[in-house]
Amino acid sequence: MSRSLAPLIALFALAVLYALPAIAPRAMVQDLFGILTLLVLAMNWNLLAGFAGLVSVGQQAFVGIGAYAMFAAIILMGLDPLVGVVIGGIAAAIFAIPMAFFAFRLNGAYFAIGTWVVADIARLAISQWKALGGGTGTSLPKGTAKEMAFVDGIKEMLDVSTAAAADALTYWLMLSLAVAMLVASYVFLRSRMGLGLQAIRDNENAARSVGVDPLKLKAAVFLLTAFATGLCGALAFIQITRVTPDAAFSVIDWTAFVIFITVIGGIGTLPGPIVGVVVFYALQRALADYGTIYLIVLGCLGIAVMLFARRGLWGLFTDRTGIDPLPLRHRPPRAATPSHSA
Amino acid sequence: MTILSLRSVSKSFGALKVTDDVSFDVQPGEALGIIGPNGAGKSTLFNLITGNIAPDQGQVFLDGRDVTRTPPMQRVVAGVGRSFQIPQPFGDLTVYENLLVAARFGGGMGGREAGLFCMDILDRTGLGAVAEKKAGGLSLLQRKRLELARAMATRPRVILLDEIAGGLTDGECVELVATIRAIHAEGTAIVWIEHVLHALNSVVERLMVLNFGRMLMIGAPDAVMASAQVREIYLGIEA
Ligand SMILES: Nc1ncnc2c1ncn2[C@@H]1O[C@H](COP(=O)(O)OP(=O)(O)OP(=O)(O)O)[C@@H](O)[C@H]1O
Ligand SMILES: [Mg+2]
Repeated sequence: MSRSLAPLIALFALAVLYALPAIAPRAMVQDLFGILTLLVLAMNWNLLAGFAGLVSVGQQAFVGIGAYAMFAAIILMGLDPLVGVVIGGIAAAIFAIPMAFFAFRLNGAYFAIGTWVVADIARLAISQWKALGGGTGTSLPKGTAKEMAFVDGIKEMLDVSTAAAADALTYWLMLSLAVAMLVASYVFLRSRMGLGLQAIRDNENAARSVGVDPLKLKAAVFLLTAFATGLCGALAFIQITRVTPDAAFSVIDWTAFVIFITVIGGIGTLPGPIVGVVVFYALQRALADYGTIYLIVLGCLGIAVMLFARRGLWGLFTDRTGIDPLPLRHRPPRAATPSHSA
Repeated sequence: MTILSLRSVSKSFGALKVTDDVSFDVQPGEALGIIGPNGAGKSTLFNLITGNIAPDQGQVFLDGRDVTRTPPMQRVVAGVGRSFQIPQPFGDLTVYENLLVAARFGGGMGGREAGLFCMDILDRTGLGAVAEKKAGGLSLLQRKRLELARAMATRPRVILLDEIAGGLTDGECVELVATIRAIHAEGTAIVWIEHVLHALNSVVERLMVLNFGRMLMIGAPDAVMASAQVREIYLGIEA
């Protein structure tokens, strides 16, 4: 039953999500945009920490650099915001190279702290960038949204204001980025490199002894996730329209929440971040009136999951039911011939 | 040309000299046995050959090329496969996937080719029936077989086996010897550390004795076993 139904449900959900700007109020589109942003960040962090064993607490560096590169592309170079997003991704990936040289010398907790420190140095350095407002930040020039590619067309199609059309566009792009991340993660993890990563996760020493180069694979994941995180950060700040060093390099917004989401949903599982982000959203809605209580509940839930369900809610679900729509297992090409000795 | 050679290799852990000026050659397709009391430095010698440990002095050559500073993964690709004395499976991967990693990385094989190749090795090592089980759930005996199978999957030209016959029943031991002979017959060079001497001596052409990190003797198994020194060391262990 699940085998034929799951893809149908997923397709239906996806269709509804894509149709949303046409049928739902703008506030909801903006809400979901924020959630999708967290989902993309969580999928990236999950690849890093859950599969490559790189527990980074410095992902805000890539969000911030992506955002600032996008602002620089618009304000200083007069480029289209969407081109700015791509530049944001590339800038983050370039920044990841020296960052990797530094952080990869560190292990475990030191790696985590090292990435955090680098991210904060990046924040301080960006605060010195006077052309982009220094410590107080800057806003997108008036009319940026209106001049953005496709916005006119969307405006006509949906019959909405320019601002709503820009929201719809960024929403669709973020949704597409999330889908692309999911597909790319699945393909990557099932590839030769993904298999090598899973071997490293189990036993790094043995992995080396069968020819896997841990440093190479981890560096590849670090650079690729930096790129995607940079894209995501740049896209997020088109919608926010205003950037400051503190907001763009916020460890709480761009890394802490993301860690909770991934841990609750299921670290090291492909659907984990999706489950986590749904729980996060539900909690946020249910407890919105209670202010910080919602953060406390989130924290407690995160700790409970770490203690009692190492593979999160998704891990619990697959263990109980055996259902796994996105299996990473490699199946043998044929059944084994019956063995006399086994 | 020799496939593997060590030149005056030494290694100390603190004040303890675990490998002391060891030199020897392995010819392509040859089978060499290594014996010696517990703590003689046998496993350390393997770690020096594979690059898991760097020597304090001396050089390691593969096909005449100095690999003393080459990291382990490149030595695997160059043709050195190894098993660990204490099995180190990839616990969350299936038995089949354990081999697949080895074939795709160390063996440099493509996906399709590697799949059939791995299944063939699993059948040959008696692991076919547990191919889709998680390696973390295997018994010790099966883990030892997995060590052998995974080393084979890297397509080595010289395979290093560290005490894989311990604890086997007579029947299992006969099977293991047959498997190792088959590997040998395909032209793979074998270096085998083993305490089960009758199994070892039924395969190897030369035998090396290590004691306190030093190479005491190397030569034909009969001659080595007949030596008074070796009999003294092995007195009471096994004849
Ligand atoms: N990483 C290490 N650090 C410190 N000492 C070590 C290390 N590895 C091995 N030793 C010591 O070196 C000596 C040789 O160890 P090794 O494992 O090579 O012996 P072995 O001949 O394989 O013994 P066995 O027959 O018990 O397997 C032992 O005294 C061991 O305690
Ligand atoms: Mg040993």
